[in-house]
Amino acid sequence: MSFLEVTAQLSKGFLTTLQIFGITLAGALPLGLLITFGSMSKIKPIKWIFKVFVWIIRGTPLMLQIILVFYGPGLIGWDIKIDRLLAVIVAFIINYACYFSEIYRGGIESIPKGQYEAGQVLGMTKSQIFFKVVLFQVVKRIVPPMGNEIITLVKDTSLARVISVIELVKSAQDIISQKSLIWPLFYVGAFYLLFSGLLTILLNYAEKKLNYYQG
Amino acid sequence: MAFLEVNGIFKRFGKTEVLKGIDFTMDKGEVLAIIGSSGSGKTTLLRCMNFLETPDAGRIVLNGEELFNADGKYSDREIREKRLHFGLVFQSFNLFPQYTVLRNVCLAPELMKINQSEKKLSRAEKTQIRKEIEENARQILASVGLSDKLMNYPCELSGGQQQRVAIARALAMEPVILCFDEPTSALDPELTGEVLKVIRELKTTDRTMIIVTHEMGFARSAADKVIFMADGIIEEYGTPEEVFGNPKSEKTVSFLEKSLENIT
Ligand SMILES: Nc1ncnc2c1ncn2[C@@H]1O[C@H](COP(=O)(O)OP(=O)(O)O)[C@@H](O)[C@H]1O
Ligand SMILES: [Mg+2]
Repeated sequence: MSFLEVTAQLSKGFLTTLQIFGITLAGALPLGLLITFGSMSKIKPIKWIFKVFVWIIRGTPLMLQIILVFYGPGLIGWDIKIDRLLAVIVAFIINYACYFSEIYRGGIESIPKGQYEAGQVLGMTKSQIFFKVVLFQVVKRIVPPMGNEIITLVKDTSLARVISVIELVKSAQDIISQKSLIWPLFYVGAFYLLFSGLLTILLNYAEKKLNYYQG
Repeated sequence: MAFLEVNGIFKRFGKTEVLKGIDFTMDKGEVLAIIGSSGSGKTTLLRCMNFLETPDAGRIVLNGEELFNADGKYSDREIREKRLHFGLVFQSFNLFPQYTVLRNVCLAPELMKINQSEKKLSRAEKTQIRKEIEENARQILASVGLSDKLMNYPCELSGGQQQRVAIARALAMEPVILCFDEPTSALDPELTGEVLKVIRELKTTDRTMIIVTHEMGFARSAADKVIFMADGIIEEYGTPEEVFGNPKSEKTVSFLEKSLENIT
């Protein structure tokens, strides 16, 4: 198998990896905010439902959650055919939304009370205080921890192979077992390094941009 | 009739009674200094007047209009409108770190006049309002001596400069009564002067002010009336000459003695 053929096959896997990555991010970023609001709700039962949910998701392996989403409905007698990739993406979005929600919550809670009070005595509404005063400061504070999670997500996408979604690692594994080649494994590593390297540069840039003020 | 009338304010946090019946009145253009040891309820009183805390009992009447009555119920919107009669300058400045000095001062007036506007504004009208607000902000910032810092961020300023921005920001909302909660307590001693000077200058413009302070010299020379608070009540009230020169209460005497010791 030539270098070009391997590249073509790995690229196909990489496309799936990218798909999982992109859709998870697009779904989990807003869903996480919703979970944050839920877990900070003043209504106690709502708050606790969200907190327990986040605890369960964060306390169990993502691999288990993928398996559950894919096989679960069938096991309780639901006769539906779930697309493998869809099952992976659903599990990923829920899982990452929970992690993101905790980061958002930490960010929101780290904003000093004085910022809200300053807005209040200046006659701002609650939503004006959130959107015009607090939100930007939260974003600045959460970019570094969010960056860590996003880099982790790049690598976590390889968990999709547990239900035979052919992402990057799986496509390399197939080559290795069929053609007895070892080097595609290192080649795959290069794919990941390039991707996460690019993201790191992007995140560092964002962090730098936001660092025009301290605090 | 008094300009401001504060009547029987009670406030408790859980089991602790922090304010135990506060009554006082103020005339227009008067400067009132509130002194007292820490924990006596000075901050809580200012926070009640700015609706950051809700008193358990009492009334606040401004210019004949009842702003607050503990028996009443007020919506968020009503509270927002009522608290605009008062401005509050915090001990810790609480500037918005992501905005420039100028933006810090313009933000709230813009949000009020443009975003909370009852009628739909045309683009030209909005631009006009923004221009007026900015012009006004520049003037106020000039009056507190910060014309050369308009485009700086709060983190680039000294504490004294930050507090002057905070004063400008409060003034931009044109409060009827401006309250200060220990405006110089977070500052290095060499920076308190510039902030006190700004407050003195406001006095010459006949601005009604309530100033909680530990600066006894300042209270004595700048205030028209002085309140000494102890344990949630007004222990002594009078002109600076009366309170500092001829205190009637034991507690006032011993408080003043202690604060003199601290100075020397
Ligand atoms: N939000 C609060 N919850 C509970 N206790 C409070 C709260 N705010 C103030 N207190 C208590 O009220 C008392 C008076 O506080 P404060 O008004 O800050 O006094 P001062 O400004 O004169 O130092 C203190 O004993 C303080 O611990
Ligand atoms: Mg205080």
